[in-house]
Amino acid sequence: MAKIKSVEDLKKIKERIEQANQKMIENNNHQKLVEIKVAMATCGIASGARPVMDFLIAELPKRNIVARVKQTGCMGYCYAEPTLEITMPDEKPVVFGYVDLKKADEIIERFIKKGELVDGIIPINYELAT
Amino acid sequence: MSPKFKKSILVCNGSSCLQASKVNLIAEFQAKLKEYNLENEIQVVQSVCFNKCTLGPNIIIQPENVEYSTVTKEDIDDIIIIHLLNNKIVERLVYNQVYENSGSTKKQYRIALRNCGFINPEVIDDYIEKDGYAALAKCLTEFTPQEVTQQIIKSGLRGRGGGGFPTGVKWDITSKSVADQKYVVCNADEGDPGAFMDRSVLEGDPHSIIEAMAICGYCIGADKGIVYIRAEYPLAIKRLKIALDQAKEYGLLGEKLFGTNFNFDIDIKYGAGAFVCGEETALIHSMEGLRGEPTLKPPFPSVSGYLEKPTNVNNVETFANIPAIINKGADWFASIGTEKSKGTKVFALAGKINNVGLIEVPMGTTLREVIYDIGGGIRDGKKFKAVQTGGPSGGCLTEKHLDLPIDFDSLSAAGSMMGSGGMIVMDEDDCMVSMARFYLEFTVEESCGKCAPCRIGNKRLHEMLTKLCDDKGTLEDLDLLRNLSNVVKDTSLCGLGQTSPNPILSTMQNFYDEYHAHVVDHKCPSGQCKSFMRYYISEQNCIGCVVCARNCPVNAISGEKKQLHVIDQEICIKCGICMDKCKFDAITLN
Ligand SMILES: Cc1cc2nc3c(=O)[nH]c(=O)nc-3n(C[C@H](O)[C@H](O)[C@H](O)COP(=O)(O)O)c2cc1C
Ligand code: SF4
Ligand code: SF4
Ligand code: SF4
Ligand code: FES
Ligand code: FES
Repeated sequence: MAKIKSVEDLKKIKERIEQANQKMIENNNHQKLVEIKVAMATCGIASGARPVMDFLIAELPKRNIVARVKQTGCMGYCYAEPTLEITMPDEKPVVFGYVDLKKADEIIERFIKKGELVDGIIPINYELAT
Repeated sequence: MSPKFKKSILVCNGSSCLQASKVNLIAEFQAKLKEYNLENEIQVVQSVCFNKCTLGPNIIIQPENVEYSTVTKEDIDDIIIIHLLNNKIVERLVYNQVYENSGSTKKQYRIALRNCGFINPEVIDDYIEKDGYAALAKCLTEFTPQEVTQQIIKSGLRGRGGGGFPTGVKWDITSKSVADQKYVVCNADEGDPGAFMDRSVLEGDPHSIIEAMAICGYCIGADKGIVYIRAEYPLAIKRLKIALDQAKEYGLLGEKLFGTNFNFDIDIKYGAGAFVCGEETALIHSMEGLRGEPTLKPPFPSVSGYLEKPTNVNNVETFANIPAIINKGADWFASIGTEKSKGTKVFALAGKINNVGLIEVPMGTTLREVIYDIGGGIRDGKKFKAVQTGGPSGGCLTEKHLDLPIDFDSLSAAGSMMGSGGMIVMDEDDCMVSMARFYLEFTVEESCGKCAPCRIGNKRLHEMLTKLCDDKGTLEDLDLLRNLSNVVKDTSLCGLGQTSPNPILSTMQNFYDEYHAHVVDHKCPSGQCKSFMRYYISEQNCIGCVVCARNCPVNAISGEKKQLHVIDQEICIKCGICMDKCKFDAITLN
């Protein structure tokens, strides 16, 4: 891997990441991908986030959905774990709580495929300093 | 994709809103939508708490994201006609408010947790995509170490590990210590029971800590960093290691960072999970391979720390704020929070609260907002009694403190402390004497034993509290308890002993009546202390079937067949078995 030796190099890496993202969209018939984040901090894992993530990774391609499934750290909703955040192309992210395999299946079928919201949604309740 | 529904009504299904609503709002909305023939266009969805529980019942209409509060059955027609059919806002149900401590309409504001839950902590590119390492690049190439330190001082950031010491000032002091070698230490010991803020940051955003430590190294003139982390955090350790490897691979750690002459590298050292090892001098000794015992300050670590070299110790959450301050500016950071406590604080909400979890709020947020709006209120509709902040070193805050804006100084003035951010909520069923005893038990376990007041004094304090809980206390014990608490506080060597009696002193201050009841009325008002329970057999109902006597595990019950049975209170261990077994409801509990 090329070392970062200057501010320019860091910018280049950022550009490379953006190009890779772009490429992924091109490869997907110029369609943006569905982005799925699974909260996998200690408490998420303890309440069963891993099987949910495995399920998504296994099922989405079978159901012809091109998605990027990503593990993340804590989203803060310990009481509603496991939690997922899903961003449909050009939409705002939606967070779901209490996601077991059955809920994950429902989310794929109803939310991802048909755009319906399903029970267990968590409204974004914070502002982010970015 | 064309969504089947044009709009969605998100109805809060959190406990607090459910309790506030007299009717099943979801069903009411569904029924009304049918009446208006809208059931195929508009969908009703159950949602998790919105963090504005005190205004509940709450709903949100999407996609436009309009929030309505205090919604009753009678409002449904208006919402449908005015909003859903005519696209106008039902003004009287809108309670959006801009909070002055953050300028945001949301109660939570995430700075330290800005990336937690958003990036893959095991992929450095994810961090870089979110402007990761840009702050380090900026510091190294655009500013002198003094300029960066001044920024941190100007931001008003204070240490999040408990003490609240101004971070920039500490960096400045360490930078002025002259030595051939200096160290940056990240304190990830997190021993406070119930706290997991630092763990979450390391599990969710480890690169922000690496970046911040490097910035600190640049400011103080250190080329070595050490993360001291408890071995019980395997996932945090794993992710930190991955992050360190990736940063090294990219040359973001190592030599000549960003083409400058600045070198920086980070190692990990593991703690065995002793609470006292979170104290910075003990932590340093533990890193040196010595016993994790504190030593008297001064000398402060900034002057003589790890291997007797100047060492800057900061907490994980403190570091997590640094890149954001550099990227967004000291003025931005200083605009959030209260006069003397800037920025936000992460809290781990635990105990008898509906929404257990990790939250980040601007300094100056009130306890009421934290407990009732973000925390969703007390579990099972019980009454709030107290909240312990600052863990075993802190104190309790009560009903009368609910509207206190939380910051370092207000909590100290109220007899508690900010601590690292654990918040344990207690309800009417919790006994404050037992609570104090729980914390003292912890301290007795965790005292390193180096100094007598803490080693022996805390043990005596714990014994006295046990005596009270066992219904063996006297009024004199209460005086003794208070006096000894003050002695331990005043004469202990380190922060552990200097603060360990706080849970006693603050519960005595706020709940003296409860202590009084334990020794004078021989009652535990909340009914938690078992020793005060008495099982009695009633003369009227007992038919002398002997079942209870046969089942009592300690043979506390005596009586002849067909005669009244009696419980010997001295022997009874209050297991409750007899009460379950008696078919004649003859056994009662008072
Ligand atoms: C008994 C005791 C335990 C402590 N535990 C921790 C801890 O777990 N994490 C922490 O960051 N600071 C802890 N501290 C505070 C540290 O001594 C030190 O003040 C802190 O790490 C400095 O960092 P800050 O200025 O960023 O808060 C503890 C202090 C005492 C007295
Ligand atoms: S106060 Fe307690 S923990 Fe601190 S040095 Fe003394 S014995 Fe050890
Ligand atoms: S079980 Fe009930 S009725 Fe029978 S002896 Fe005991 S108290 Fe009396
Ligand atoms: S409560 Fe338990 S120990 Fe006490 S009398 Fe009943 S069975 Fe025996
Ligand atoms: S650790 Fe529970 S949500 Fe983060
Ligand atoms: S807003 Fe409804 S329960 Fe919190």
